[in-house]
Amino acid sequence: MTESILKIEQVSLAFGGVKALSDVSFEVKKGSVFSIIGPNGAGKTSMLNCISGRYQPNSGKINFQGNDITDLAPNDRADLGMGRTFQNLALFGHLSVLDNIMVGRHHLLKNNWLTGPLYWASNAQKEELEHRRKVEEVIDFLEISHIRKSVAGTLSYGLRKRVELARAMALNPKLILLDEPMAGMNLEEKEDMARYVLDLNEEFDITVVMIEHDMGVVMDISHEVMVLDFGKKLICGLPDQVMADPHVKRAYLGIEDEEIQEAS
Amino acid sequence: MSSLTLRPCGDFRTSYKQDNTIFETKTIRRLAIIAILVLCTAPAFVDGYVLTLCIQIAYLGIAAMGLNILVGYTGQISLGHGAFFGFGAFASAWLNTSFQIPVFLSIPLAGFLTMAVGMMFGLPAARIKGLYLAIATLASQFIIEDFFARADWFSGGSYGAAAEPLTMFGVVFDTDQSFYYVALFALVTMFIWACNLLRSRDGRAFVAIRDHYLSAEIMGIKLNKYRLLSFGISSFYAGIGGALYAPYLGYVSAGGFTIFLSIQFLAMIIIGGLGSVKGTLMGVIFMVFLPEVLESAVSVLKDTDWGNVPMVIDGLAYIKEMAIGLVIIGFLIFEPQGLAHRWAQIKNYWKFYPFSY
Repeated sequence: MTESILKIEQVSLAFGGVKALSDVSFEVKKGSVFSIIGPNGAGKTSMLNCISGRYQPNSGKINFQGNDITDLAPNDRADLGMGRTFQNLALFGHLSVLDNIMVGRHHLLKNNWLTGPLYWASNAQKEELEHRRKVEEVIDFLEISHIRKSVAGTLSYGLRKRVELARAMALNPKLILLDEPMAGMNLEEKEDMARYVLDLNEEFDITVVMIEHDMGVVMDISHEVMVLDFGKKLICGLPDQVMADPHVKRAYLGIEDEEIQEAS
Repeated sequence: MSSLTLRPCGDFRTSYKQDNTIFETKTIRRLAIIAILVLCTAPAFVDGYVLTLCIQIAYLGIAAMGLNILVGYTGQISLGHGAFFGFGAFASAWLNTSFQIPVFLSIPLAGFLTMAVGMMFGLPAARIKGLYLAIATLASQFIIEDFFARADWFSGGSYGAAAEPLTMFGVVFDTDQSFYYVALFALVTMFIWACNLLRSRDGRAFVAIRDHYLSAEIMGIKLNKYRLLSFGISSFYAGIGGALYAPYLGYVSAGGFTIFLSIQFLAMIIIGGLGSVKGTLMGVIFMVFLPEVLESAVSVLKDTDWGNVPMVIDGLAYIKEMAIGLVIIGFLIFEPQGLAHRWAQIKNYWKFYPFSY
């Protein structure tokens, strides 16, 4: 638990005059569940996009498992073992659930456009079937076996979120980035999702970095919580410490200034 | 879900291999094999003209399959497919006459040569999308057409190029009857190749890029590489189609590979169904037989009292062209998702009859 898997050093990101992130630094410990919270527009998703390579930070360094990945293309980060889900669903709508998850195995498959079509002569078929087995393990874990043949675009919201998680898990990631995995879900689905996040963290030994707005879930399942506000890091620490912090209360949790003054 | 409910009773799958077949059920596979065997006997009892049409379906079908991989599966667009088809035709004739490479070798070589050319034009195209890409590929159409007209050493310029017939194992495939088998073999091979491509890694990557390129990139798919590869594979198919066309006709001239042919390829895959292998074949069959069917349909006019006047008889060719346009427009309005989709709906209907779902 002490070794850090992801190290963010002084990352700044600006879109023209808008400073999305300014000098944010933090470390994610191996095997932990790390949550990023903050008000809308605080730069949480920008932070995740910097980590997954969607955005290039203007300055600062991102270090993943000892490698500097700041300038690495997003697709190369998948090879290193980084998976992510999106806030707005980003499934491949016309593919079946099974194929969606198989796309997650892309960087682990070896056959290319010449050997793949020689399906029976090359080892493409063997490879497909081996990886199908691995994919089925993920499908079993997330309890989506009843929809594995459905077209992803026809599923309900909660199931799509789960399929997205399955796809990210199929990458065999060391680190998984979840952008609001529980947004728009009902209580029951939230509880399920929280259980999956905990289980994939403990059973599959995947480090989780998560953005979430549901405070109850965040405080219950995270080992560490970081609060962002206007692109700046307010505090990073244990859930209880963060909850108790007066700045966090003012910036995000929504307690009147007077109450804070009264309390202090 | 639909694929599950559409499976017939008692079709239980106990291994992943059974679940990963090209054809949905064993019956469909058997029917497909029987259909191919029946097609093999066709030259014995079908006249030469129908065979010509079948051969046409084969070489156009191969090229259209390539375009469908690019447009239907990868979500890129190309208006230069006709030119690549022509490049394949000239390349196979050129390789054969200039380097004395036997025709059966020059056909695949022409495919790879076209692939190289396609990837060269695809290099800038891998970075742009949509309408901009359409214009960029339009440029490739005209550049290649111009090349055909000017490069005498390659295409024979305005004279065109003569192509030797295909010879293999001492047999000369210079009649409709014999070349029919070559065309059928090529069609089946290239379609199986496409099916296998689409159920293995790179085929899935293409569809992933089409459906959501941002998350495809996060999943480890290198966008530019795969867009370029898709361009290459589509040109490869066009090249193979063209390379079959040259030794069949024995003569290639640049006149046939205009933007009109490119649009025709697009029409084939849109009518057949974007992103569907069997739809491609349906679309090509439709586009090849439609003029023939309408030809005989409008010639009926000649025998009616109304039509038996010089004005109508002279205008029959135009009436036919208009009817073709009308049918295509009708198709796009009533079946925008293509023949493949209609076929699936017909199957659904019979499966669930008398209920609607």
